Amino acid sequence: MATKASRSAARLMMAPAVILLLGWMLVPLIMTLWFSFRVYLPLRGGDQGWAGFSNYTRFVTSSAFWPSIQTTLIIVLGVLAITVIFGILIALLLDQPIWGQGVVRILVIAPFFVMPTVSALVWKNMFMDPVNGLFAHLWRFFGAEPVSWLSDASMPSIIMIVSWQWLPFATLILLTAVQSLDSEQLEAAEMDGAPWIKRFWFIILPHLSRAITIVILIQTIFLLAIFAEIFVTTGGAFGTRTLSYLIFQRVLESQNVGLGSAGGVYAIILANIIAIFLMRIVGKNLD
Amino acid sequence: MGQIQLKQVTKSFGDVQVIPPLDLTIEDGEFTVFVGPSGCGKSTLLRLIAGLEDITTGHIEIDGTDATDLVPAKRGLAMVFQSYALYPHMSVRKNIAFPLRMAKMDKAEIDRRVNAAAEVLNLADYIDRRPGQLSGGQRQRVAIGRAIVREPSAFLFDEPLSNLDAALRVGMRMEISELHKKLATTMVYVTHDQVEAMTMADKIVVLQAGVIEQVGSPLELYRTPRNTFVAGFIGSPKMNLITGEEAAKHDAATIGIRPEHIDVVESGGTWTGTVGVAEHLGSDTFFHIHNTGLAETITVRAIGDVNLTHGDTIQLTPRMDELHRFDADGLRIG
Repeated sequence: MATKASRSAARLMMAPAVILLLGWMLVPLIMTLWFSFRVYLPLRGGDQGWAGFSNYTRFVTSSAFWPSIQTTLIIVLGVLAITVIFGILIALLLDQPIWGQGVVRILVIAPFFVMPTVSALVWKNMFMDPVNGLFAHLWRFFGAEPVSWLSDASMPSIIMIVSWQWLPFATLILLTAVQSLDSEQLEAAEMDGAPWIKRFWFIILPHLSRAITIVILIQTIFLLAIFAEIFVTTGGAFGTRTLSYLIFQRVLESQNVGLGSAGGVYAIILANIIAIFLMRIVGKNLD
Repeated sequence: MGQIQLKQVTKSFGDVQVIPPLDLTIEDGEFTVFVGPSGCGKSTLLRLIAGLEDITTGHIEIDGTDATDLVPAKRGLAMVFQSYALYPHMSVRKNIAFPLRMAKMDKAEIDRRVNAAAEVLNLADYIDRRPGQLSGGQRQRVAIGRAIVREPSAFLFDEPLSNLDAALRVGMRMEISELHKKLATTMVYVTHDQVEAMTMADKIVVLQAGVIEQVGSPLELYRTPRNTFVAGFIGSPKMNLITGEEAAKHDAATIGIRPEHIDVVESGGTWTGTVGVAEHLGSDTFFHIHNTGLAETITVRAIGDVNLTHGDTIQLTPRMDELHRFDADGLRIG
C-alpha cells in the first residue's frame, strides 16, 4: 500500500476535496478578518477605508456585548444540563425491553430531523402562544392565568425549544453507550451488594462518561451558534440576544459590516477557547 | 458454612423449559463442578443459585434457610464471571474493595481485608493499576480477589478459565484448587471442559439439556458411567462406544471401552485394522483405527512413542474387565 507511487496517487486524489474544504473555510475567514479592520457601511458610503482596531474596541465596549456573552453561556449550559440529564434517563428507559421498541426509538429521534426554524415556529405558535397555544389552554383548564412565554419567560422558553431539538441526539449517543455496557459488570455489582442507585452511580455513570463528554463537545459547538430559534421567536428581544445574534444585528440591522466582522472574530476566539478546553477533557477521558 | 440445596427447581424462558425439575445438594466445603456441552443449562443453573435469574418453580436453600426469593446480595455468595466483569474505571484495589464499600464496612477493616486478599493472590505488584493494564491471568486473580474479600459462604465460578491460554489455564486451575484447600469454602464451578472437571472436582455434576445425567466423584464417573452420554463425555480421548453385532456378543446394545484399556498386540488380537491418524504426544500415542469390521472408528492409546504410521496394520485386544455395557436406552448394565 505505502509505496511511493500509491502515496502520491492518494495525495493527488485527495487534493480536490482538501482544496475545496480549505477554500470553503479560508475564504470566509479571511474576508471576515479583512472586513473587521475596515470601516464598511454598505448603505452609508460603502467601504470607507482602514479602521485599525476601532471595530474591535467598539464591539467589546458596547453595552450589549457582555450581556450577549452571558446569554450565550446560559443557553449553552442550560441546554447541555437538560439534554445530558434527560438524555441519560431516557436512554436508560429505552434500554429496557418494551413492546414496540423500534417505533418508540424512531419517535424519540424524530425531533432531530425537524429543521430549527420549523420547530421554533411550531413551539411559538402551537405551544407558547398566550392566546391559542396548548400551554395557554392547559393553564386556563386549571384556572391559571396563561403565561406569555416568549416575553415573560423568554430564556426558559428558548432553552426548552433548543433542548427539545437536541435531546434526541444526546439520547441516541447515550443509548448506544448504555447498550455497550457489559451486563456481567452490572451483575457482578449486584452480587457485590450494590443497590440500583449505586450501580448507576458507580458502574453505569462512569461507563457513560466518555459518551457524555462527546455529547457535550458536539452540542457546545452547535449551541454556540444557535440563531434560527431566536430569530423566529423573540428576535433577540427580552434578553435573548446571544453573541451570534448580536453579530447578525450589527451587520444586517445596523448595516455595519466592519463592526459585525470584529464580533465574528471574537466569536471564533470564544469557540476556540471552549473547543480547546473541551478537547483536553475528552483527551483525558479517551486514555 | 455453605450448603446449597436445590429442590424441584425448574426454569423456563417463555414457553421453553430449559431446566426440568431438578434436585441437587451441594455439601459444605465441597468443590462441585457442573460440566456439560454448551447449551446444557449449566450456566443457567449457576445463575439460579446466584439469584441472577429467578427460578420458575421449586426452592433453593442455602444453609438450610429458604433463599428462593432473596436478592443476590443477600445470599452470601460470591461469583467469578467468565469475562471477569471487573470495573474498568477503578483500580485493582478499588475493585476488590467494592463489595466491602457496598457493605458499609469501615475503612481500616476494608484495607485489612484487601491487603490480605492481595497477599493470598499475589496481587500486590499491580494493586494500583487498572484492569485494562493487566493480563488475562492477572484479571482473573483480581476477580477472585473481589470474591474472597467478602468471605462468602460459597463461591460460584462461571467458566472462569475459558478466556485464558492453555498454559495459563493449567496454572490457574492449580491455584483455584489450592485456594479451595486453603479456604475450605464451598465452590461451585461451571465448565464445558471435562479435564477441568476431572482435575478440580470433589463432585462432578454432568448435565445435558438441563437434566442431571450423573453426580459423583471424578473417578466414580470414570469407572462407572451411568449411561452412554456420561461415558462419552468423561475421559480424554473419548471412550469408544461400539454398537451392533460386536455389542450383541456381550448382551448389550452398546459397549464402551476406553482407549487406554485397549492393548496393541503383535498377534491374536480381537480386532484387526489399519492405522488412520496417529497423534504422537511423546508420553502417549493415540491411534485412530479404521477397517476393523466395526461401524465405529476405534481410538486406542499406546504408552510411549510407538512407531506405527498411517496405513499400517494393527491388532487390538480390549481388556474385558474394563468393558462397559449399556442397554438400548443407553443405561449401564451391571
